[in-house]
Amino acid sequence: MERRPAPSSRVLITGLATHWGGRLAQALEHEDGIEAIIGVDSRDPTLELERTEFVRVSTQHALLRRLVDAAEIDTVIDTRLVSDSTTTSPRNAHENNVIGTMNILAACSGPGSSVRKLVFKSSAHYYGTAQDDPGFFTEAMARPHPPSTPIERDIVEAEGAVAEFAERSGAAVSLLRCANVIGPDLRTAHSRLFDLPVLPTIFGFDPRYQFVHEDDVVGALRHATTRDMPGIYNVAADGVLALTEVAGLLGKTYVPLLPPVGTGLAALGLRRLGVRIPPEMLGQMRFGRGLDNRKLKAAGYEYRYTTREAVQKLAEYQRLHPILRNVQEPYRYERDVEEFLRWSPNVVDASIRGEGRLSPRQIVELRRLLEPYEEMAAFAREEENGAAPAAPAASRGGSEKAPVERYDDLRADEIVSLVGSLDRPALEALRAHEQGARARRTVLSAIDRALKRADASEAGR
Amino acid sequence: MARDERSSLRVHEPPTGGMRLPEDSALPARRGDDLRRFLPGVEPDRRLNDWGRSERVEKLVDQTLFDFFYHYWFRCEVEGIENVPATGGALLVSNHSGALPPDAPMIGKAIREEHPAPRPLNITVEHFFKGYPGFSMMLPKIGCVAAHPANVQRLLFDEQQLVLVFPEGRKGTAKLYKDRYKLQRFGRGGFVEAAMRGRVPIVPVCLVGAEEAAPIFAHVGLMQKLTGLSYFPITPSFPHLGLLGLLGYLPAKFKIRFLEPVYLDPPDESGAFAEEPWEDKALVQTVAHDVRARIQENVLEMVRTRKSVWFG
Repeated sequence: MERRPAPSSRVLITGLATHWGGRLAQALEHEDGIEAIIGVDSRDPTLELERTEFVRVSTQHALLRRLVDAAEIDTVIDTRLVSDSTTTSPRNAHENNVIGTMNILAACSGPGSSVRKLVFKSSAHYYGTAQDDPGFFTEAMARPHPPSTPIERDIVEAEGAVAEFAERSGAAVSLLRCANVIGPDLRTAHSRLFDLPVLPTIFGFDPRYQFVHEDDVVGALRHATTRDMPGIYNVAADGVLALTEVAGLLGKTYVPLLPPVGTGLAALGLRRLGVRIPPEMLGQMRFGRGLDNRKLKAAGYEYRYTTREAVQKLAEYQRLHPILRNVQEPYRYERDVEEFLRWSPNVVDASIRGEGRLSPRQIVELRRLLEPYEEMAAFAREEENGAAPAAPAASRGGSEKAPVERYDDLRADEIVSLVGSLDRPALEALRAHEQGARARRTVLSAIDRALKRADASEAGR
Repeated sequence: MARDERSSLRVHEPPTGGMRLPEDSALPARRGDDLRRFLPGVEPDRRLNDWGRSERVEKLVDQTLFDFFYHYWFRCEVEGIENVPATGGALLVSNHSGALPPDAPMIGKAIREEHPAPRPLNITVEHFFKGYPGFSMMLPKIGCVAAHPANVQRLLFDEQQLVLVFPEGRKGTAKLYKDRYKLQRFGRGGFVEAAMRGRVPIVPVCLVGAEEAAPIFAHVGLMQKLTGLSYFPITPSFPHLGLLGLLGYLPAKFKIRFLEPVYLDPPDESGAFAEEPWEDKALVQTVAHDVRARIQENVLEMVRTRKSVWFG
């Protein structure tokens, strides 16, 4: 069954604090079709965001499920995957890559889920590195051998869970396998290796390397979010370089420091000197890896940088970095400032505050505006009880109109939070209006629940 | 235009002496599967291509080592070079011998030296070399590619290049002197499948002289296990002259004959092309057998008419 998903408008980004989550949110903020961007992570965001809402929550599927339902999320973008094992401990990486993915998928699936699309950022470590690899991996190829390093095992397992999700739920799943990323804002095991005064290589090996610039990874994630392109895609720049060629572009000498046998032991020795070469990287330094990136190009994405240009950009950064160090203060997330900027009525610059959104204070004001309707409801009750009808005709005429002012500007989660304070007739009017207008499932079910509660309390009386 | 150089959408020249004449051999292998226009363009500043082939290293080796062997040591004699297509992909299939086979570079050199439109030749080698220090670094630089079906497909179909395969594989290079010029089994017909998928002709190549240039008298199983090599041969110069002894070829006279190309996707009675001819395993086996028989026949004929091993 092929379901053609409507364009994404309400987006949940998991892993907002990662470089990718932050960059993607920034990119999507300029996308007109995207109505709401909500980011979750267990850490504070590291990049400055304007209209993205941040919710601090770890990957607990029950909490995430409530978020997804309340905000009527239609697209989930998972950017959390750890593909560089030097950034965290193997245990944390496993927890994040396997258990975290499982929880997020659980939050997206199940009957009545509003999620129609999932974009999952994976890594080319899925393919591994082996002697009998093809020169260019295509998306249809499986890795020739079972994974041998912890990070590869995790990625293969996470991708398995995503594939199962794609099969069971009707959601459209786009999975992006990114090659090694380099760029000025990114510190990876590879960029640290390239920062060394000389480039250590394995004696007798000159592996083929393919990189992708960080901007292209963000671009590809954005492309997958705004387009309809289910399937697996390799994200890797044009051109495969030999490691010696990379060294040349960076203006470094390469020194075959690592012996071809006992490479792992030598890498341990290097680690004592502060150079960390994880096992999956040793594989790449021996056999290299090339990806076939044509499927993503055929899906309409145009890469901004070739591998060679990406390496040149890194070289430029390496030349500038010692001069520019400490010029810019790094961004720090301050919840109060962010809340003020988003919600305060005193923020004049409309470009900072999103249009058509309500602050908690405005919701209180709305409640005040709703009071006449509650009065109306009281009248109606009295009418039912046989009391003298004294309802003003003018306010009655408005029943086919929305019972809440600026109702159509409200978002589903805001309406749901209002529903509890409404009375039975107002609820019924609201339901009729919603049914006639946008018929959002979460809103309708929230109203139904409120109605049921009202019935129950009446029956109890 | 740098991009045009790599363009793979060249139209086939009508084959002149081919067995069959396909009209649309430029068709993609499967409809909707043709991503050739998305191949990366050539970056003019680069000295290496995406396979790791290095213009500089290749030229250096070609002008020194291969030149010496081709002109002075093996004194190669070439017949039927016009059977190698000047444009489009083609799969060259040859007999194979020698511990460190001298035949592959000589065939590549022959195309560069004798062909009216010299083209680079991609030589498929075993995966084994990719894991062996030194070889792993050098071989891609001079135009060797691991013999993976996906690699051959990309080179033949997407990039429309010349690819040389040795279907005998390790059995060919490991065979002893007493078995010389007896072609071993041609794998499982994988090369025919590759040519069919790539929609390219097969050009059979016969080479005489390599068996005498690098004879193998015996194998040492124990040493093979200890060194991790695919085999440990005893040749006139190896192992007693060390690793370089593998290059110590005897000066046999080389004769290379390119046979007429075999076109593989013939139309059926109604004139339609088979959608996926490689699915027909019987056809694949038949073609593999025929190609092997043609090479064997020509090799024996060349050995028969040769007056001297050393002077031709």
